[in-house]
Amino acid sequence: MSGQTLLLVVLIVPAATALLIPLFDGYPNQREGTTLVGAVLLFGAVVLLLAQVLDGGRPALTIWELLPGLTIAFAIEPLGMLFATIASGLWILNSLYSIGYMRANREPRQTTFYIAFAAAIASSMGIALAGNLFTLFLFYELLTLVTYPLVTHRASEEAKAAGRRYLLLLLGASTLLFLPAVAWTGVAAGTLDFQPGGILDGKMAAVPMGLLLALFVFGIAKAAVMPVHAWLPAAMVAPTPVSALLHAVAVVKAGVFAILKIIVYIFGVDVLAEAGSGDWLAYVAGFTIIAASTIALRQDHLKRRLAYSTISQLSYVVLGAALLTPLAVLGAAVHIAAHAVSKITLFFSAGAVHTAAHVEYVSEMEGVGWRMPWTMGSFSVGALSMIGVPPTAGFLGKWFILLGAVSIGHWFAVAVIILSTLLNAGYFLPIVYSAFRSRGREPVEMREAPWPQVVALVVTAVLTVAMFLYPTVPYRLAEMLIAG
Amino acid sequence: MREHLPALQVVVPLLGALLVALTRRALLAWIVTTVVSVLVLVIAAMLLQQVLATGPISYRLGGWDPVIGIEYRVDVVNAFVLVLISAVAVVVAPFARSSVASEVAEDRVAWFYTMYNLALTGLLGVAITGDAFNAFVFLEISSLSSYALVAMGSHRRALMAAYQYLIVGTIGATFYVIGVGLIFAMTGTLNLQLIAERIGQVDSQQPIIAALAFIMVGLGLKLAMFPLHVWLPNAYAYAPSMASVFLAATATKVAIYLFARFLFSVFGAGFVFSDLPATLILTGLSVAAVFVAGAVAVVQTDIKRLFAYSSVAQIGYITMGIALATTTGLTGGLVHVVNHALIKAALFMAIGALVFRAKAFSFAEFAGIGRKMPLTAAAIAVAGLSLIGVPGTVGFVSKWYLVVAAMEAGWWWLAFVIVGSSLLTMVYVGRVIEACWFREPAPALSEVREAPVDMLIPIWILVGATVYFGIDTRLTVGVANQAAEILLMGLR
Amino acid sequence: MNTVLGQFIANYNQWIIVFLMVSGLYIVIAHGNMVKKLVGLSLFQTSVYLLYISPAKILGGTPPILDPDFTVYAQPLPHVLILTAIVVGIATLALGLALVVRINEAYGTIEEDEIFAGDDRD
Repeated sequence: MSGQTLLLVVLIVPAATALLIPLFDGYPNQREGTTLVGAVLLFGAVVLLLAQVLDGGRPALTIWELLPGLTIAFAIEPLGMLFATIASGLWILNSLYSIGYMRANREPRQTTFYIAFAAAIASSMGIALAGNLFTLFLFYELLTLVTYPLVTHRASEEAKAAGRRYLLLLLGASTLLFLPAVAWTGVAAGTLDFQPGGILDGKMAAVPMGLLLALFVFGIAKAAVMPVHAWLPAAMVAPTPVSALLHAVAVVKAGVFAILKIIVYIFGVDVLAEAGSGDWLAYVAGFTIIAASTIALRQDHLKRRLAYSTISQLSYVVLGAALLTPLAVLGAAVHIAAHAVSKITLFFSAGAVHTAAHVEYVSEMEGVGWRMPWTMGSFSVGALSMIGVPPTAGFLGKWFILLGAVSIGHWFAVAVIILSTLLNAGYFLPIVYSAFRSRGREPVEMREAPWPQVVALVVTAVLTVAMFLYPTVPYRLAEMLIAG
Repeated sequence: MREHLPALQVVVPLLGALLVALTRRALLAWIVTTVVSVLVLVIAAMLLQQVLATGPISYRLGGWDPVIGIEYRVDVVNAFVLVLISAVAVVVAPFARSSVASEVAEDRVAWFYTMYNLALTGLLGVAITGDAFNAFVFLEISSLSSYALVAMGSHRRALMAAYQYLIVGTIGATFYVIGVGLIFAMTGTLNLQLIAERIGQVDSQQPIIAALAFIMVGLGLKLAMFPLHVWLPNAYAYAPSMASVFLAATATKVAIYLFARFLFSVFGAGFVFSDLPATLILTGLSVAAVFVAGAVAVVQTDIKRLFAYSSVAQIGYITMGIALATTTGLTGGLVHVVNHALIKAALFMAIGALVFRAKAFSFAEFAGIGRKMPLTAAAIAVAGLSLIGVPGTVGFVSKWYLVVAAMEAGWWWLAFVIVGSSLLTMVYVGRVIEACWFREPAPALSEVREAPVDMLIPIWILVGATVYFGIDTRLTVGVANQAAEILLMGLR
Repeated sequence: MNTVLGQFIANYNQWIIVFLMVSGLYIVIAHGNMVKKLVGLSLFQTSVYLLYISPAKILGGTPPILDPDFTVYAQPLPHVLILTAIVVGIATLALGLALVVRINEAYGTIEEDEIFAGDDRD
């Protein structure tokens, strides 16, 4: 298949899945089968596309010109490829997991759930393949809207309140800051296309450029840089598969992906570094890393602790991008992938614990590890990866960002990374410790969650280790990214 | 025949009004109105096509010289307005039959259509005439018939709303006439084009400035420019649905047209926006409109009032485009004229359908209506999205132009005002969508069925148009762009 | 002092117009009685008729009727315009009064504050 056809396939398959699922309302097996088939087809198409990109192919496709200079266009580049690969690959595992979770917990409105999920993946693909800032913006907003029914899935008052906060913060930040930033870029540069080396070189002075960057960073609230992070803990009322794939991978990664992509392809790393307009960002990201970790220390609700951990980890990516040096940018790209597989493992495990043991709080997790060894074993792998212990994927991203920081002598960033590693250990190790403590004399009966959940979480845990051992694909893509 | 099209544009609906008044049969009245609307649209479309092909058309009524006689003058700007008004009239015509029959007493239905046709006559007349005083006469024809239309609302408050509308509207019209009188005294003509030529040669600027002030305030009242909008919410809220639909979509738009015509073509953009602080005043009022009226809309519990205040806020965006006085800004403002006409006509028709089926006005009354009338409620949702300015709808196009225009002019704060006020729109539209779709239906709604097809079709034609023009922008933006350039160059 | 007074007297028609205009507008705003409001409105409109017609009168001129014996006559256009404006004014007044009658039937009063108080009780 040609590259352009593949681009279309990648966009259409999840959208078509979303449209097909309602036809099987009332037939759970067929419905979930559709989701799985869609996920596998999508991943297949993405892998074919990946092969082309690794060979240097850069297919592009213009769909429609809305206004002069405002086009809906798609173009693939290494970073988008990386994001698309992660999101589509994990969708398969997540679908498997969802089937176990949604059935075992007897969740209502499952058809809506699967529709919205497929639509969210479709929007993520749109973000990953966006060829210009306007297309990126469109799919970014779409992603917010289609995930809203997932956040409010429980339909309780709490869920509705969380949903309102979710919409208001994400839509508010993006219309108030992101949209003007897009317009400003268009007015200043005369184009909105992503181009290697950026499009703003020589078109803007240093101070306005810093302001524009601020509009982007805070307008893209999905990246959860403080103070626009509050929607993420609120979104944790959603069922765990949503938290796992969307609020640990697709949605939040769409945020940091967009920031990274804008820094590389709109501003241009060198341009920004020369102007010094992005220096402040490292401090904001550093502050977010430390502050979010500190808050995470004090969260007893497991999913909320994971959410704050996500906020902190997302800012690693932002920090890597903000250092504006090739190694750190490479680290940021790798960290997108590394955090994805690790954090989804953690959420999968949390959801499995919820399903099998009905435990939601860290303080109630004592001894859970012996009853659910597979689950908590995988959880431990994910936790180690979050801390950055080899041989897990988390080490890679941190390592390159650290190298980048050292290479330009950015000691603040170095200090942040070291301190946050300690904090990460401080809030993850106690969970692992208490889960596997006090086995007691009595033999414990093993009671794992349903097998689809366990399979999914073990596979992601294995992936977390495998990515450390064989980091070729993410590494090659990241290399291509910094090579321009 | 073809050379008399400009006259026919006004004569046809006038004769329609007469015919309806004479026959006084409800069904016949509706048929006549529909036929008139279609004819008017055909005429307007032919005029637009002719203008685009061969340039402006000048038509002398009775063959009098323009210095003392009345000239009808059609260029791209008003051809665009004529097409807009008559297209709205055609689309809403099928909706009128059941809606008017259910909300207006049977013996008054024919009178309703008489007034409706007169209002149409007046609006088309204002748009087509090239004579300042003739514009006043048509403005009053449309206004007087609008007062009567509003007064036919079923609640007694409609009478008060009509009375207040009459007082304010007459003051506005009189201010306008005072301004025109001053201009006439200084230039000796009422022909807009001749005024534009002579106004620069007038020695004393003071009467001209006074005339500008009177005309701005007078038309400001008619177009409901903040803070001269007080008549609008009650008038729209208590009028029969069909009257709200037509007035919200067209009446203010025509006043805006005349306003822009005077500022740009007659007084001249240079005089108004460079020599006088009109930019400052208009921008200030527009910003106040979008925020204050938007905030008031947020707290409304009656859906008609909510969208009436929303109209005031949306007019703020249009005047913002006028205040920017650049091609981009004016294009944005003019596209928003079209958008707002489409969106508000669709919304008020959908509300009319709610009233027709469920007699529901307040949030509590129509909560959960999405389950009972899904197509109507979905139309409200889509039109609401366009009101916010979601990409893929027309609302996005105009706001994008306004934001870009503000940035090109270096008014960064205004760009943020535009997107910030969209958040208010998001909140009040969100409230409506939430009430329609995310609540359990009230017991009183258990017998409610979907709106009849003759209501749904016009609603969805307009909703479809808001989406279509949001994706294929060539027609609206192209024409608006030409119109903006003509306005900025002065009357051609 | 004399010149100021002289100018004032020379433009006496203008001052009358302004006086009528302002008092008409004042009545519209200040009065709660809906008929009185309409009277004020008519006064306001009438002042505009004078605004148009008084400058059109030429001293020593005849009414604008063509006659070979006279060469100086008033400017006819404003008269024609105001004829139209008077029609508009009458229509407005008639409609306004009709509304007041209907309001009186519906509310039993034509005082604005009583009507608003009545509607608030609903």
